Amino acid sequence: MLLVPCPYCGPRNSADLSYQGEASRRPDPTSTTPGEWRDYLYMEHNPAGWLRENWYCSSGCRRFFTVERHTVTSEFREPPLPGSKTPKPLADTEETES
Amino acid sequence: MIRRNRAARYSGAGLLWRGVRNSNWPRVWREPSLKKSYDAVVVGGGVHGLATAYYLAANHGITNVAVLDKAYLGSGGSGRNTAIVRSNYLTPEGVAFYDRSLDLYKTMSADLNLNVMFSERGHLTLAHTDSAVRTMRWRAEVNKLQNIDSSVIGPDEIKKIAPSLDTSPSTRYPILAALYHPPGGTIRHDAVVWAYARAADAYGVDMHQKTEVIDIVCEGGDGPDGKGPGAKVTGVRTSRGDVSTPVVINCTAGWAGLIAAMAGLRLPITTHPLQAAVTEPVKVFLPTVVVSGSLHVYVSQTDRGELVFGASVDPFATYDMRGTLDFTEELAGHVLELMPAVSQMRLLRQWAGLCDITPDYSPVMGFTPVEGFLCDVGWGTYGFKAGPVSGEQMAECVAEQATPELISPFALSRFDSGVLVGEKGAAAVGH
Repeated sequence: MLLVPCPYCGPRNSADLSYQGEASRRPDPTSTTPGEWRDYLYMEHNPAGWLRENWYCSSGCRRFFTVERHTVTSEFREPPLPGSKTPKPLADTEETES
Repeated sequence: MIRRNRAARYSGAGLLWRGVRNSNWPRVWREPSLKKSYDAVVVGGGVHGLATAYYLAANHGITNVAVLDKAYLGSGGSGRNTAIVRSNYLTPEGVAFYDRSLDLYKTMSADLNLNVMFSERGHLTLAHTDSAVRTMRWRAEVNKLQNIDSSVIGPDEIKKIAPSLDTSPSTRYPILAALYHPPGGTIRHDAVVWAYARAADAYGVDMHQKTEVIDIVCEGGDGPDGKGPGAKVTGVRTSRGDVSTPVVINCTAGWAGLIAAMAGLRLPITTHPLQAAVTEPVKVFLPTVVVSGSLHVYVSQTDRGELVFGASVDPFATYDMRGTLDFTEELAGHVLELMPAVSQMRLLRQWAGLCDITPDYSPVMGFTPVEGFLCDVGWGTYGFKAGPVSGEQMAECVAEQATPELISPFALSRFDSGVLVGEKGAAAVGH
């Protein structure tokens, strides 16, 4: 069991939520290249370390939120506050930190 | 070093002779020192990696090959899967591919002179809903076109084949029909690893255990350190020293994305753990492999009498192979739903293996935008049953420098063109 820290409900069993995958920015459809669009659709960073990801609190508050989780130790850290304007760039999540 | 072309034969007389004399058993494969240069380096010492190395040597005469594994041979998915093989997939590409694999498995014991204990016991995929019945019929028709023995049968016939299944209509998820695939079955998965390792060793392939790949050395690429699309592989850096090689074949599961990142590539892969469990041994009562996609469970009984269960992958990406209570509860509930008679059986162990899931539930095989870097990854939950054919085709890919027809649908470039091979209906849970 994984306890996911929902910023609205508090810690919840992961079975109450639905996993939405890596948090990635959608490129602007009007100016993107096919390669960028492919990367956005299919390609993953899939790090063994800190990963910035989205969850949907499907059995709780039914809101989407972003957290960072360590994919080896299953720790969570600093879920950004709702409406936070300073998301960390995804490149940071590629490093394996402990 | 004496180079043999065939592994030493095992025989009943030899077994008796050694047993009586209590003499030492010879090492099955060498532990060579790491050479400075190889013609090809295979990353990952599981069924896929070892089969690739074996067929490179046996079919194409390329014997200056190293297989690197960061732990021991068969320590990853090859030793953690539930050992089920079948070929009743959904797409014509998938069917052709897995059927070739089943053919290779059938003759493996004789070809490699090591008993892999292939038990062709039949494979039942249960359908509990009308839509599942429709998918079964679809699969059966696709299979018939490709000459695969596969048909849809009703509850009465299911009961004849596997009497322990509860086929009454009063259950929560009544069994409406099943896709019956007689050529499916189970194989001793460790024996497959050992058979390939032993046979590859006889051809002079070097297998290096406890040798972790730290980096892949590239030149001429667009990214940092000359990596990324357009680059050319010149070698690998390992925990035991540097090796120069023009060809690196990524045959890992779980770590496929991390190895690809060393060459500056991203793959369409997320890593999920799949949990499995085994019970205490009892007398034989389950003659076939039983799979239920709707109940997310597949069961088979081993030759020792243990029931082996597997589930679908955990719903979020992680490299953490911890067992969870959710899994055990769900598994026990669903198995009892199918076979109420096993309610007194106790679970012996529970474990997890890492699965690389792709968006279309088909693998990523063959060439990549980095020259000399090949992939045989993204095997999700169905890698074991495809091991032999993947090795054979990847070896051909390396030797001929062209993508064989059988694996061309699975190229990484399908994500550029958008021509995906959707196997979710037959591969997501069904084993």
